[in-house]
Amino acid sequence: MYNKRFIIPGLVIFVLFVTFPLWFNAFSTASPVPKPELPPGGEKECVAPASEMRDRHMVLLNEWRDGVLRDGERDVITVGGKQYRKGLQMACMQCHTSKEKFCDTCHDYTSVKPFCWDCHLTPEEAALKKETH
Amino acid sequence: MIEKVFKGNSRYWMWLAFLSAFVGVGAICYIRQYLFGLGLTGMGRDLSWGLYISQFTFLVGVAAGGLMLVLPYYIHNYKVFGRLTILGEFLAISAIIMCLMFIMADIGQPLRGLNMMLHPTPNSMLFWDMVVLLGYLGLNVICAWVILTAERKQVKPPKWVYFFVYLSIPFAVSIHTVTAMLYCGLPGRHFWLSAITAPRFLASAFAAGPALIVIACLVMKRVANFDAGKEAISKLTTIIMYAALINAFFVLLEFFVGYYSNIPGHKHSLEYLFFGLEHHGVVYNNLVPFMWTSVMLCFGGLGLFAYMKIRKVGTDLMVGIGCGMIFFALWLDKGLGFVLGGLVVSPLHEIVEYYPTANEIGITVGIWATGFLLVTLMYKIAVDVEHEVEA
Amino acid sequence: MDKQRRKFLKVAGATALAGISAPAVVKLTSSPAIASSEHGAAADAHGAPADAHKAAAHGAEEAPKGVRLGLLVDMRKFYGKPELLDKAIAACHKVHNVPQIDNRKSEIKWVWKAPFENVFPEHSNSHSSKIRKENDFLIMCNHCDEPPCVRVCPTQATYRLPNGIVAMDFHRCIGCRFCMMGCPYGARSFNWENPRPYIKEYNPDFPSRMRGVVEKCNFCGERIALGKEPACLEAVKESGAIVFGDLNDPGSEIREVLDKENTIQRKPSLGTKPSVFYIV
Repeated sequence: MYNKRFIIPGLVIFVLFVTFPLWFNAFSTASPVPKPELPPGGEKECVAPASEMRDRHMVLLNEWRDGVLRDGERDVITVGGKQYRKGLQMACMQCHTSKEKFCDTCHDYTSVKPFCWDCHLTPEEAALKKETH
Repeated sequence: MIEKVFKGNSRYWMWLAFLSAFVGVGAICYIRQYLFGLGLTGMGRDLSWGLYISQFTFLVGVAAGGLMLVLPYYIHNYKVFGRLTILGEFLAISAIIMCLMFIMADIGQPLRGLNMMLHPTPNSMLFWDMVVLLGYLGLNVICAWVILTAERKQVKPPKWVYFFVYLSIPFAVSIHTVTAMLYCGLPGRHFWLSAITAPRFLASAFAAGPALIVIACLVMKRVANFDAGKEAISKLTTIIMYAALINAFFVLLEFFVGYYSNIPGHKHSLEYLFFGLEHHGVVYNNLVPFMWTSVMLCFGGLGLFAYMKIRKVGTDLMVGIGCGMIFFALWLDKGLGFVLGGLVVSPLHEIVEYYPTANEIGITVGIWATGFLLVTLMYKIAVDVEHEVEA
Repeated sequence: MDKQRRKFLKVAGATALAGISAPAVVKLTSSPAIASSEHGAAADAHGAPADAHKAAAHGAEEAPKGVRLGLLVDMRKFYGKPELLDKAIAACHKVHNVPQIDNRKSEIKWVWKAPFENVFPEHSNSHSSKIRKENDFLIMCNHCDEPPCVRVCPTQATYRLPNGIVAMDFHRCIGCRFCMMGCPYGARSFNWENPRPYIKEYNPDFPSRMRGVVEKCNFCGERIALGKEPACLEAVKESGAIVFGDLNDPGSEIREVLDKENTIQRKPSLGTKPSVFYIV
């Protein structure tokens, strides 16, 4: 091989560089695995098992959205004896009352920026400008 | 062939730097708009389309105008246009890129633009406009690149490319027809609700597009040693004359329908554009000087051409001035008057005039500069290939 | 040989084209929009059930299926009471988190009031009555049966629900504002900037909007689903000035009023078939 002494160190540097996020995280404690807050109200049940919610809550939210807005599927859902209306504000945030302590923990960790909150109100925001009378 | 754009004289680089400055201003203005929202424009609830969409409409015409070179050469075997068809195709490419940029500048949620493809909606003319625009862009890229490559290698273009060349002809007509259909199928917008909108758009396109190409040819004759030939230029000016005349005729027909029928809705926009519209004691006439300038320039340009044809005289400068006058006249007519005039009376019969903001004008100028930059780069390639073959 | 083949292809092509388009031509000519006696005969001729065609030929009022929600504004009960109009408007805007932007250029409104000549340009005439000149009229989205906004939307972000509501999906809207061009009633508003700072108090049961999307009256679809009445109606309930119900149900309250009173619609000549009616 020609230029062995340039090519091999070059390759090593390149591999190290592109795998930087992996080994940096392995040796640092900068980003611990997030621990989203469980419902402060003590609810134990969600609309689906936790593992399934973790995987596909975004799909479920999209299905709800299209169902409510387009297909007239505004039926209520019953979880653990309580009834909820389909929707982020109406159902999810009734138990997971803090966007910051629940949604954001994982979204920040994975650097996901959903645009839910551009329109939907977090319980905190809703309370900020509440009816005064 | 791309390497040709990296070699040029100092004048070439200075021109690119000059355009890039405007591109930069446009980019900064766009970032501002992107961060704040379309509230930075002069558009509002009653006048919700403005400069961006009107520029888009005009530029679709410029893109379609290349047809006036492709059609004579490929269908009628008019050899004189042989050196020019590539210029028409390159102009079409950059005009469509400008169109797409204007659309992106105009929509409120640019990041969701692909929803148009994710949820295709055949009943929306905007969907079809996207289809034909992207189709025409693709066809022109294929045709221009393959034919130019063949020319460079001094071989005949492959046979298959002619399929795309012929296909691009109906596509050129369709882009401007569908763009007209964006407007002429809307109930309650009287000025636009006219079956002559599409033919009128095509007529003005077939004048504006070739006019820009003639100007480019004259410039390149001086700065790039590229001669389109006297006969080609003369034939193009004839085409421009007829197209501009037909456009003027169509506009006059609109006047007849409005004023002879005496239906207020049909008259309002024309009145606003040419004479000023009175409403509750206030006269709204912002665009009157622009529209009369358009009329003067159009007939002035036509008169100049007629004089040159009859007297068989004419310098490049006179041809250039004539084309410039007609191009600018049609820009005022379609790139300003058509959209803004049609919107001046709101659905609730209130009069709202439009004042573009500095930021909006910055973006508009930036996109135009981007277009000119692209045209320059592509024409540089075309001309250098030409020189290479000659050498 | 070559010529013959060409001729054959021409004839074959023309025949095929005629064959393909024949059903379309028959369909077009039997359009219910043109009510005439020939139509029954034409329908008979091509074997379609004649009764259905005759019924359709009498216009849209007969044999409707499903629910079509409609709203009636009895302006007689609003005359001289602008505060009642304001009450209805405020109720709607509060329930739907509509921002209060006080400039004409960027304002957002779902329900609002305007003079007669603006609301009903097709019904305006000279020497109109004092009552018309002095009162404002309540306007909102007409929830048309043939909505031009839905026709022009390139992403189906606005659509007509089976119950007649013309709804918006703010998640999908790209903000091209083509629907605002299509709407002949000026019912739509665009969020020229982030609306949140202009919302005085939030209704936690309803989202706000983000900048860059179009919004309008939704006939209170979210309230109807809960068995409630539209917010504007509820706000002026005691006056009975607004009636809401199923236009397809001959026994509904709104149909009873429509059968009894003279009503008008906005710009009926455009063929949009509004679901909002007015007693003026």
